[in-house]
Amino acid sequence: MNEPARFLDRPANQRRLRRVFYALCAALVGLEVFVHRHAEHPFEGAFAFHAVFGFVACVVLVLAAKQMRRVLMRRENYYEPRHGDGATPARRTEEP
Amino acid sequence: MAPFLPFFAGALALLLLGSRLRAPLLLGVPLAGAVSLAGLEDGASWSFQWFGMELTPLRVDGLSLMFGWLFHLAAFLAALFALHLRDRVQHVAAFVYAGAALGAVFAGDLLTLFVFWELMALSSVCLIWARRSPRALRAGLRYLLTHILSGVLLLAGALVYVRASGSLAFGQIGTDSIAGLLLLAAFGIKCAFPLVHNWLTDAYPEATPTGTVYLSVFTTKVAVYALARGFAGTEVLVYVGVAMTCFPIFYAVIENDLRRVLAYSMINQIGFMVCGIGIGTSLALAGAVAHAFNDVIFKGLLMMSMGAVLHMTGRINGSDLGGLYKSMPKTTALCIVGAASISAFPLFSGFVSKSLVMSAAIGEGYSWVWLGLLFASAGVFHHAGIKIPFFAFFAHDSGIRTTDPPSNMLLAMALAAGLCIVIGVAPGLLYSLVPFEFTYEPYTVTHVLAQAQLLFFSALAFVWLRLSGLYPPELRSVNIDVEWVYRRLVPDAWRRIAPFVRNLDTTAQSRLRSLLASMERGLRAAHGPEGPLGRTWSTRVAVAAVAVLLGAYLAALVL
Repeated sequence: MNEPARFLDRPANQRRLRRVFYALCAALVGLEVFVHRHAEHPFEGAFAFHAVFGFVACVVLVLAAKQMRRVLMRRENYYEPRHGDGATPARRTEEP
Repeated sequence: MAPFLPFFAGALALLLLGSRLRAPLLLGVPLAGAVSLAGLEDGASWSFQWFGMELTPLRVDGLSLMFGWLFHLAAFLAALFALHLRDRVQHVAAFVYAGAALGAVFAGDLLTLFVFWELMALSSVCLIWARRSPRALRAGLRYLLTHILSGVLLLAGALVYVRASGSLAFGQIGTDSIAGLLLLAAFGIKCAFPLVHNWLTDAYPEATPTGTVYLSVFTTKVAVYALARGFAGTEVLVYVGVAMTCFPIFYAVIENDLRRVLAYSMINQIGFMVCGIGIGTSLALAGAVAHAFNDVIFKGLLMMSMGAVLHMTGRINGSDLGGLYKSMPKTTALCIVGAASISAFPLFSGFVSKSLVMSAAIGEGYSWVWLGLLFASAGVFHHAGIKIPFFAFFAHDSGIRTTDPPSNMLLAMALAAGLCIVIGVAPGLLYSLVPFEFTYEPYTVTHVLAQAQLLFFSALAFVWLRLSGLYPPELRSVNIDVEWVYRRLVPDAWRRIAPFVRNLDTTAQSRLRSLLASMERGLRAAHGPEGPLGRTWSTRVAVAAVAVLLGAYLAALVL
């Protein structure tokens, strides 16, 4: 393939975009110093509650889901009939 | 005119004239239906007596009108998305399906609801079978069985209900009677409550690229409507709802089929609605139905964008895709609008409806529920907002080169994306359709800042997990869920015990046969032509036998 490299293909550009994103994250937390956030819920009163909660929630979510794979993951054709006709599946072959 | 009639007439016309008039019919019928809907007055109804029962096939009020408008809008977008398709079965089935959904939300009694409920199941399964693969056939059968079960429960509930209350009218039902529990079970199956949710994640990803768009619109939203009508303020729904928002996101993170990711994400979004219905205040109910409205549009948009990817590349697994933004830039942009809407970014539609439910949860003192919903909000951004666009259009370049889909598909997606932004920017338009009184201002500094922090730091978590290599890769796999019980455990157990049962059956049969044979031999010996009781006795012997018999009686009497 002789395509010209796109903007996003360059690692340097990816790094630049990430820096802009980090700056935005920092700015959103920084804003809290100047803006009074009206808290409906007691937890919400804590400084940068939503930022911390969002980050921790997602890390927990992903790492827990990753561990779930040990128990839940099967090969792609796990549910497919094993004989071809669907009526009398042959013996099952487990993934190592 | 009852709102389902234009669609049924349209389905008939498509059946007869579909080859020549496909485009005008597909686009014209939802528009004609909308014109006819505009002529319906709030409060109108049509009922008649049938075997001493009062049936109300048409009942117009604010709630049914809101879902009526939503379904017309969604049917138009889905028909536009499917305009290029030369498959009469799908177009006819889709219009019957849309008509049945409209019939269900305008049904004023439980029997009418039942009829449309079953018709929805029968017509929608054709959109799965139209994929015409053995996998789709089996998934469709499982889907149909589940929905017929839901219909049977609904009918049973309706019969018990009419016996207890003497009326079939479909209003607030509540859970303090057997009828209520049966009806809740029927609605719950269609609503994909936890443990009975797998029909959705099983069947929707197996349907055709255009069929899934229709499927994602009607069935679950009719169930949400039915819950809002019959079970508003039922507290157990708060907990059912929050469970629905939380558990599917774990599955969505590790699922490979991107349309199945969206199916799990759908359960998550319905969870917000069910939770709002459970809370039952007018703010919560407004949030539930407003979110149903938005969900149809942004989930439809996401399903369309993944349908477009499947249509153009023939693939839908995250492990096979990537880098498509280079050749499908418009689809990428439109998908990102849908992703931003479902994630509830400020200025996109999810932002103005999801927060109604969350605010109502705090207002009614459901602190932990609120925390669960907040977790789910962060999670939905993670799997639907980031994962879907990222693995389809960015990530590593899969080398697939294609083009953007046909213009009708792009236009349908563009209209849906436009609606997402319009509703997000001017929520008053949506709020004015909502049939509940409430006051809420979504665009406050607090709310915008809190939501932006939540989403940006969820994204930050994604970036960090990707860079550190902790993020689970997309793998060709299936993840077992509750469906494992009926797709694996029961069939496997049956396979194990079937030989014993068959053995038992053969043994029992042969025993019985030999028992019967020996009985027959005994009878023949005693009563046959030559048997002692069967042959003709001489008078002498007979008289002697009678004398002995009488003598025995006499002896017995004396003793």
